[in-house]
Order: sequence, then C-alpha cells, then structure tokens
Amino acid sequence: MIAEIALAILWLAAALAVLQLGLGSYALTARGAEFLRAVRPIAVVQGLLVAVAFALLIVLFLRTDLSVKLVAANSHSLKPLIYKIAGAWGNHEGSMLLWVTVMGLAGGFVALLERRLNERTMVATLAGQAFVSLGFYAFMLFSSNPFERLNPAPVEGNGLNPLLQDPGLAFHPPTLYIGYVGLSIAFSFAVGALITRDVGPAFARAMRPWVMGAWIFLTLGITAGSWWAYYELGWGGWWFWDPVENASLMPWLAATALLHSVSVLATRNALKAWTVMLAVVAFSMSMVGTFLVRSGILTSVHAFAVDPERGSFILTLLAIYIGGALALFGLRASTVTEGAKFHLFSREGSLVMNNVLLVGILGIVLMGTLYPLVTEAFGTKVSVGPPYFNPVSAIFVFPMLVIMAAGPLMRWRQDNGRKLANLLAVPALVAAGTLALVVVFGGDIGVLPLLGLVFAAGLAVASVLPLWKRNLRRTPAHIWGMVIAHLGIAVALAGMASESAFNTEKLVASEIGQSHTVGPWTIELQGVRPIAGANWTALEARLVARYGDSNVQTVLNPQARMFASPPTATSEAALLTRWNGQLYAVLGEEGDDGRWQLRLWWKPFVPLIWYGGLLVGLGGVLSLVGRTARDLRRKGEPELEPASEPAAPKPAAGGQEALA
Amino acid sequence: MKHWAIWLPLALFGLLFAVFASGLIAPGDRTIASQMIGKPLPDFDLPQAVPDRPALAKADFTGGKPKLLNVFASWCVPCIAEAPVLAELAKAGVEIDGVAIRDRTADVQQFLARNGNPYTRIGRDDVSKIQFDLGSSGVPETFVINGKGIITYQHIGEIRADQVPMILQKLKEAQ
Repeated sequence: MIAEIALAILWLAAALAVLQLGLGSYALTARGAEFLRAVRPIAVVQGLLVAVAFALLIVLFLRTDLSVKLVAANSHSLKPLIYKIAGAWGNHEGSMLLWVTVMGLAGGFVALLERRLNERTMVATLAGQAFVSLGFYAFMLFSSNPFERLNPAPVEGNGLNPLLQDPGLAFHPPTLYIGYVGLSIAFSFAVGALITRDVGPAFARAMRPWVMGAWIFLTLGITAGSWWAYYELGWGGWWFWDPVENASLMPWLAATALLHSVSVLATRNALKAWTVMLAVVAFSMSMVGTFLVRSGILTSVHAFAVDPERGSFILTLLAIYIGGALALFGLRASTVTEGAKFHLFSREGSLVMNNVLLVGILGIVLMGTLYPLVTEAFGTKVSVGPPYFNPVSAIFVFPMLVIMAAGPLMRWRQDNGRKLANLLAVPALVAAGTLALVVVFGGDIGVLPLLGLVFAAGLAVASVLPLWKRNLRRTPAHIWGMVIAHLGIAVALAGMASESAFNTEKLVASEIGQSHTVGPWTIELQGVRPIAGANWTALEARLVARYGDSNVQTVLNPQARMFASPPTATSEAALLTRWNGQLYAVLGEEGDDGRWQLRLWWKPFVPLIWYGGLLVGLGGVLSLVGRTARDLRRKGEPELEPASEPAAPKPAAGGQEALA
Repeated sequence: MKHWAIWLPLALFGLLFAVFASGLIAPGDRTIASQMIGKPLPDFDLPQAVPDRPALAKADFTGGKPKLLNVFASWCVPCIAEAPVLAELAKAGVEIDGVAIRDRTADVQQFLARNGNPYTRIGRDDVSKIQFDLGSSGVPETFVINGKGIITYQHIGEIRADQVPMILQKLKEAQ
C-alpha cells in the first residue's frame, strides 16, 4: 500500500505545482491580483507533499519491500541500515524524486520565510520554481516512476553498488544534490525579478541566503566527493578532471561568482544584469551536469544511470528552462536600470574582476570537458586531462588569488593605492619568504606547485588582514565567514600544491616479511589474512610502518574487499595521517610467486586539501548565520552602507566602469 | 551594456545545445582503436601455450605471407562464438596465430578440444603485456599482419560469419 499511497501523493504534489504555476501567472495579470495571497500556501503544501513521498520511498527501502521494482533493483535485505537509506537515492528514479523534493522544499521554505521581497516578485519566483519542478515531475511520473511494482516479487534484491557502500558516499550525493538543486531557487528568483522588472537590492538580499545555503552544500559535497575518490578508489589522487567531477565544479564556480556579485547588488545596487545572468548560469550548470552524467555522451569513470533516452529528456528540459530564461533575459535586460557607478579600483571593482576570472575558469573547464565531444563530431578522438586543465586554469587562478588577497582590504566606491600597498606588504613578504625557502630546500618541484605554495602562503596572511585593528568580539559574523572561507582556499591550495610537489610513490611486489621505504617511512609487509565484514569478505594485509629512525611502530590494514551482491571487488586503502602528511597504502593482487602487489604513497600535507574545503564551508555557514541574524534584527531597513570600513564619503568621480 | 551583448548568452547556449544534441543523435564510437596500425609489431617472444602447437614470436610474422594474429582466451565467451568462423578462415588457407591472454595450459587445451583449433602457433601472454603493446583493449581481437611484420588492420570483437569476405579482402590488400 505504501508505494501506491506515495505515488498518489506524488501526483497530488504535481497537480499543486500546476496550480502554483497557473494561479501564480494569473495573479500577476491586472485582473488576478486577488489571487496573489494564495500562491505561498500552495508552494508550502506542495513542498510538504513531495517530502512525504520521498520519506515513504525511504520507508520502502528500510523495509526492503522487494515488490517495489526500485527496491529490488537497488537494495538487499542484508545491507547495513545506513546503506538501505542511501539506496533510496543511489539510483536514477530515486535521485529524480530527491531532485523534485529539494526543489519543492526550497520553494516551500522561501514561501514560508521570505518576507522582504515585493509580493509580486515572490509570486513570480514561486511560479518559476513550479514551472521548473513540473518538468521533473513529468519526467518521473511518465517515464521513471520510483514506485513501480514488480510482480512476482523476487526473493532477494540486487544490492547497492559496493563502491557506493561507504559512509562518505552515502551522504556525498544528497549533499551535492541539495546544492545543485538549491540553485534552482536562485534561478527562479532571477526569472521572477526579470518578469516583474524588480532587480534591485531587496531582490539581492532576499536571494542571498538561498544562494549561500546552496553554495555551502556544494562546497561540502565536492569536498566529500574528492575525499571519497581519494581513499575509496585506491588511485591515490584527489581530483582527476573527470567530466563528472567537472560537472560538480562548474555550478560551484558559477555559484561562487554569484555569491560575490549578489553582495555587490545588495550593498551597492550595482551589477544588476550581471547578477541575474549568473543566477541563470549557475542553475544551467547544474542541469548541464545532470545531463552529462545521465546521457552518457562523455566517457567518464563515473558514468552511472546512463541512458540516451533520459539524456534527451533532460536536454529538452534544459532547452525549455535555460533557453527560455536566457531569452527572457535578452528581452528584459535592457529594461533593467543601470546600477550605481563605482571606480574600478574599489571593493566593487575587485569583486567584478573576481567574477570575470571565476567565469573565465568556468569557461576553461566547460571547454575542456566538452572538447572531446566536439572533436568526435569531426571524427577525431581526444581526451582532455590535467596537462590542459592545470596550466590553463592556472592562468586565471593566480590573478584571482591576488584579487582575493587585495579585494577584502579595499573600500567600497573608490580606494587609493598607497594604503592598500602598505597593507599588502606583509603578505607579499611572506610569499617572497616562502619562495626563497622552497627554492632553497624544496628542490625542483615544477612551476605550478611552486607558485601554488607561494600564493597559498601570501593569501593565508592576506585573508586574515581584514581583522587587523578590529575589535574581534564585535566583528560581524559574516566578516569572520569571509576571512575563514578565504583562509580555507589558501589552506586547500597549500595541500594541492604540496601533494603534487612532494608526493612519493612506490609500487612493489612484496614477499611476506620484506621491507620497503617510501619517503621517510619504512614499511614491512607482515602478512595477509582473510577477514569477514557485514556483507563482504576481504583479504587484509598487515603492514608495520616506522617513521624515519623512530622506533614507534604503527599498523596499517589495507583491504581488498569482495562483495557478494552484486559481486564486486573494491579496495579499501589504509591511511595513516601525521601532522605533516599522509601515508597511503593499497593492497593489490597476489602474484603466481606468492608475492603481493603493494602501492605505497607518502603525501606530505595532503589532508590540508579537505581541511581547506571544510573551512570554506564553515566560512559560508558563519556568513549565512551572521547575515540572517542581522537581517532579522533590522527588518526592512535599507542596507546601503558598506559592510566593513566606512567608505570615502565623496562619490567616485568618472566611474564609468559600472556594469548595468 | 551593448544591445547585441544581451543576446550573447542565448547564442552561447544555442551552441552548447547543438553540441549536446549532436552527441545524443550520433553517439560516439566507444571502441578504442589501436595506435599501432601501420606500424611494425612490437617485440615479443611468448612461451608455448599448449604442447601440440609451437610458441609465438615476432620473427614468425616476417615470412612474406600475410597472417592473422588472434587475441583470445579460454575464459572469453565471444571467443567461443568466433571459433567456427576462425575454423572457416583456416580452411580457406589463412594462417592464424593465437595469443592466449591470462590463461592456463589446461584451460586452453580444453577450450581448443571443445571449440576446434584453427591456430598454427599459440603464445601465452600471462600479464597482457603483448596485448597492451598491440593496442588491444579486449578479447577477442584480430590483427592482420603483412609479410613484413607490419600491422595493417585491427578487428575489434569477434569476427562474424558475414565478415569473412571482408577479412579475406584485408589479407589480400596486405600482400
């Protein structure tokens, strides 16, 4: 019964979405104004209903109801509880339901909580959200019904792909997904504001927390995904420029740009058209990512749920929503009034440059990802990898780091160079010192890693400078958020640069009792024994590691796991984390001669990559909490004043650089 | 903002849409063609796979007559389907040499006893070394080698019965 009830609820939610779109559109006409008040409650109920449908799907998975096709195909009665839950979204149909759930909930929360926006723009936003949701409701109800029954029911289910049976991965997809789909609300805000010609600071302030929330989830999701790939796949790498990884990075880049431009719009009433544009682009990148992952048009290590038919469905939705929004943008952008002017050498100026560079990186990644597709149309097969992405994106990344260091120290409207130069002298000195140290002691590590270390050191210092001479206790939370997020970027960059500069790797065929050295470590293979886990068996090696001349011994147990259903082998790397890096060991196959393949890596400072990612996310959380609390305190007051230092009182002369 | 620039995003999106649509309509060829076509065989000297057939080395391909080099394995299901077609080719006078990938002598013997033995020589490639050197990404694959030891054609997957004339034609071209 549960599946049938859930399906009925899903249809009801879809019907409410139709109502939300229809009534919302009618309410915006001259005659329909009396219906304006009806749209918010509809959005809330729609969000609730779809959330109930999703909760019921989880119940079906928890009970391992094998008469439901999706459960039978993706679950197994012997699976640990957490993976039974994760099984609900670890497949195409379930993830589509999660998609509409996130969209419905986002719309519901906006309808419930957001009171600052002009009511007409709010209704247009909610109608837009319903319009986008409807495409996915239709996709699900007409071609990928998650509640389809299977008759007769099988005795046992197929199980969940064991690579996905990992705590990191149980929560990586939904986290990323909330971020991806959360950007839909930014898209709907942009469309709503274009329809009612209401692009201004109030719109930006209403949109900002939602963009920030989605961005936090994206940041944490990407960090978790990179960590999962690093230790679960056993390849010893943390980023491969794989199409699917790029698909998650592109919305993040667009959302990061949007986050900064929306602040300019909220504070200074500038960058109007640009912000609307970015909101559309950010969600487009989410949809492009979904399309790339599910259509299978690119070769990827992640290709799952690949089906050309799904591909054409998503491509159609992409054409309707993104094409439609961009056409609306073309029609309405000229009516968006020009924003406040400012000098290029100012806080706004630096944010504009940051935006341009972020969009530049986005373009680089997009081109690299799609290039194989374009050449294939002309009959040539190529694959694009790190030799393209690393140096080409570096052209944009390093200038952006300089702006990241300088921007937060600048005043709004206009600043003068001398004061800034004085402030930046400290980070510049630290960067120069790092350069000297690495060149003297680091050996030949390559240009990019060297620059990475130098810029990371400079940025780390520069990012805390906005706190200089401030009363730390009275510093607003969003300033702390910015400082911590920027510091997180510096920390992650240091980890990335150090990983590629100082990484040492060893692949050996080892006899039992043999010792090997990698970096400062001596590692002895003491034995390999079989062990059994909840739903797997494994061969587990016992490695004893010693650091340098120390006598302290640490045991590492890398495993080669075999799962019974579906029959799959995975590798569980063993990691030993020290303050100065990570030892990474993978157990391979046994050779004919009784020797075992071992892959050993010493990766100095590599955990900084994920600590940095977490810091960036934490910065976002602080900023979101701080701003929301602040907005609640002074409801309705305009915020047209600089967030940090008092600005130069005189308006900028000759500020032609303003973007509309 | 310049008036035309407003429409630039839509134009770029149109381009993106065209790329995606073309990728969906004409899905790319996912087979991995060898980079070794037109080049001499890599050096190899493989051990004997079964007692009743001689071992296989690069030198066996420089006799002046085009031959087929068939990459197979006893554990490979399409290879069973391919066996009668190879037998037909062998009957037509084509010399076929085999490389057994990651296999054991007993298993290869059993495979040949069950499915027939079209091979003149069979080498054993225990770690897929020669397979990688040839640029072969799976089993079965068949290479046409001309009389000077140069790879002239790669056939990916099993040879079907209706492809026999095509393979014979490729052998003729290699002369």
